Formats: sequence, C-alpha cells, structure tokens
Amino acid sequence: MGLDFTVIPGYLDIVLLGCLWTIGITVAAALLSFFGGIAFAVVALYAPWIIRQPFRLVEWVFMGTPLLLQLFLIYFGLVQIGIDLPAFVAGIIGLGLHFAVYNSELIQTAILSVDKGQMEAARTVGLSRGQALRKVVIPQAVRDVIPPIGNNMIALLKDSALVSVIGVSELTLSAQRAIGATYRPFEFYLLAAAFYYVINLCMEWVQRRIERRIAISR
Amino acid sequence: MDFDLMLRVYPFFIEAAGTTILLSVLTAILGLTCGALGAAARLSRLVVFRFLGAAYVSVFRGTPALIQLFILYFGGPQIGIQLDAFEAGVIGLGINAGAYMTETIRGAIISIDKGQREAARTLGLSQFQGFYKVILPQAARLMVRPLGVNLNMLIKATALVAAISVIELTYTAQRYIGSTYKPFEMFLLAGILYMIIIYATGRGVAWLDRKVQIN
Repeated sequence: MGLDFTVIPGYLDIVLLGCLWTIGITVAAALLSFFGGIAFAVVALYAPWIIRQPFRLVEWVFMGTPLLLQLFLIYFGLVQIGIDLPAFVAGIIGLGLHFAVYNSELIQTAILSVDKGQMEAARTVGLSRGQALRKVVIPQAVRDVIPPIGNNMIALLKDSALVSVIGVSELTLSAQRAIGATYRPFEFYLLAAAFYYVINLCMEWVQRRIERRIAISR
Repeated sequence: MDFDLMLRVYPFFIEAAGTTILLSVLTAILGLTCGALGAAARLSRLVVFRFLGAAYVSVFRGTPALIQLFILYFGGPQIGIQLDAFEAGVIGLGINAGAYMTETIRGAIISIDKGQREAARTLGLSQFQGFYKVILPQAARLMVRPLGVNLNMLIKATALVAAISVIELTYTAQRYIGSTYKPFEMFLLAGILYMIIIYATGRGVAWLDRKVQIN
C-alpha cells in the first residue's frame, strides 16, 4: 500500500483537537495525582491503624496491577454503582489515582527523611501537629521529590494514551478516527507519536528548569 | 460479590495468565537484548553509534508504548511488515522495554570507577578483556535490582496488547466485564493473578540480587 503523507493536512484539525484534549487530561490528572499523592502519603503514615492498613493494601493492589485494567474497573465499576460519569472524567480519575499512589510512595519516603528537629521546632513555636505537618514538614518533603514526581508526570502523559481505550477522544483516539476515514494507520499513528514526543520534550524542558531553580533555592 | 460467577470463569483467567507470562518472558528476553545493544551503542567510541543509541532511547521513551504497538501492528503492513497480534506485541513491547533497559545497563556500567579500567589496562589486559573480565562482572551486580524494576513495569505493560486483541489477562477481564457487567469481580480475578506474577518475579529478583552480592 505504501506511504502517503499528503492525507495528513485534511485531518490535521481533528488530531490537533485531540492533542489539546491530551494536554488537558494530562494536566488535570497530574494535579489530582500531586495533591492526591500528598493526601495518600499522610493517610499511609499518620492515619489510625484501622484505616492505614486497608489503605496500604489498596495502594499495593494499585501498584501491582496494570493501569489499563484499573481504567476498566473505574469506568465500568462506576457505571455499575449508578455513577454515570463521562469517559474523560473516569479517565482523569483513573490516571490521577494510579499516579497518586506512585507519588505517595515517593512523598512518604521524603516525609520520613525530613529531620525530626523540624517537627519538634514547629511544635515548640506553638504549631499543632497538623499545622506543623502542613506548613513545615510537607513543603520540605515535597521539594525533595519534585524531580522524581516530574518523571511520574512524564510517564502520565504517555499513559494518557490508554484512556482512548475507554473512548476518550484524545490524541490517540483522534488519530484512530482519521485512520477510520482514510485507512492510513502508519501515517496517523506516526503523527500522533510526533505530537506526544513534542509534548514530552516540552515537559522535560520545564522539569529541567524547575530542578535548576530548586538547586539554586537550597 | 458473585462468587459463583468467579468460580465459573476462573479457568479462562488462568489460561490467559499463561499467555501473559509467556508474553512477559519473551518481551524480557528481547528487551534485555535491545538494552545490551543500546547500552553498547551509547557507550561506543563512534559518534554515529552514540547518536543512534541516544535517539533510540529518546524516541522510544518519549512516545507512548501503545502508539508504538499500533504503528507496528496496524501500520506495519503498509511498509511490508506483516505480524500477527502476539508477534507484534512481543516485538513492540520488547523494543520499548529495551529503551528503558539501555539506560539501566548504561547507568550501571558508567558507575564503575574509572580506575578499574585503567588498572586492568596496566595489568596488560586488552580493552575488551578489561571490560569483559573486570568492569562487566561488577556492573552486572549493580544492574539486578534496577532491571527488576524494569521487569515489573514490563509485566504491567503487557496489558497493552489487549488493545490489539491478544487474548491475555486484561483482554479476558475486559471481555468478561463486557458480557457479565461485573467489573469488580473480573478485576479481582485478573488483579490477583497479576499480583501473583509480579510478587513471584519480585522474589526471584531479590533472590538473584542476594546471590550476586559479595558479603
């Protein structure tokens, strides 16, 4: 059949729209995974035993099973219990929770490695335990894990392609739509790959800048 | 919770888990091969190889594995590569995993002190002998654990081939969710099997890691 890249311009708008969806979903899921990760870390470390242990089990399950399987569970599971969310919301929740668990692992280690004196000093100046955590310990812990969290965010961008499988019209599914009309899979998947690659390079660039600023701030 | 249903369908999940394991093993072998070649290219003295190695890592780590699979499986026939879904899955995932393993292997090799190589040369070993007999045995020890992390990711990534209709664990779960409308039960069945595979692999890696460490 050969290759014919001249078919691309006619469908470029569809693919670009998909690209915007991918960026939107990635940003929303990244925010969810960042704040979710902090919340999960606090629960995993400080919640009462009765909450902490089942929670750790759930975290373990999330880390031991594929994201695609989790997306099916969330998308179809929510429908089964009567919550009919749009596919993209289910996708954001699935991606966000999955990476929140990975971020939580990083943040837990970082919280434990913040010097104990910090907490004691914060308590001495009159902050409650919760305040000390929120205002003194967690900010320092999070700063320490920004680089690996950045890697998780870049992984999240690439895994956002999976939400095409539950029917979210992001970059991958848009490419599939164009392929449905033209029967040109190679050209359009390559185009989608190029878009992902460019977004990926931009994220790496931002990550390097942030890392440099953190290095200076120390 | 519908345990009767789970008891009825679990044999299909066991069979599917066999496919997932086979996929993982073949992908791991191809991934290690690509990783070793990639690391050799990235550490080469020739700038062409270094560039090719760096491009391989950047492109395959910089785009979604799912898209790479689609290009190979659906786009392949256009450029004369005709593969069935299982073959495309192994080759696509293997090349993808190889990009991550390239960095792992390279990282372990460059972390070996330079003095080791110089000492080997001083003792009269050739460049190749020095690498093969002095650097590699030390680097191999450092690789086991991070390669284990790569392996863990790789096993979970085999779920992607469900999207090109390879009948493995995730595809089976997806099909039964569609036909029974019992997502939680099906997730539980597939999830338990994945976790057994991941756990067993993790134990194997830990055993190997202990085995290669010098006390």
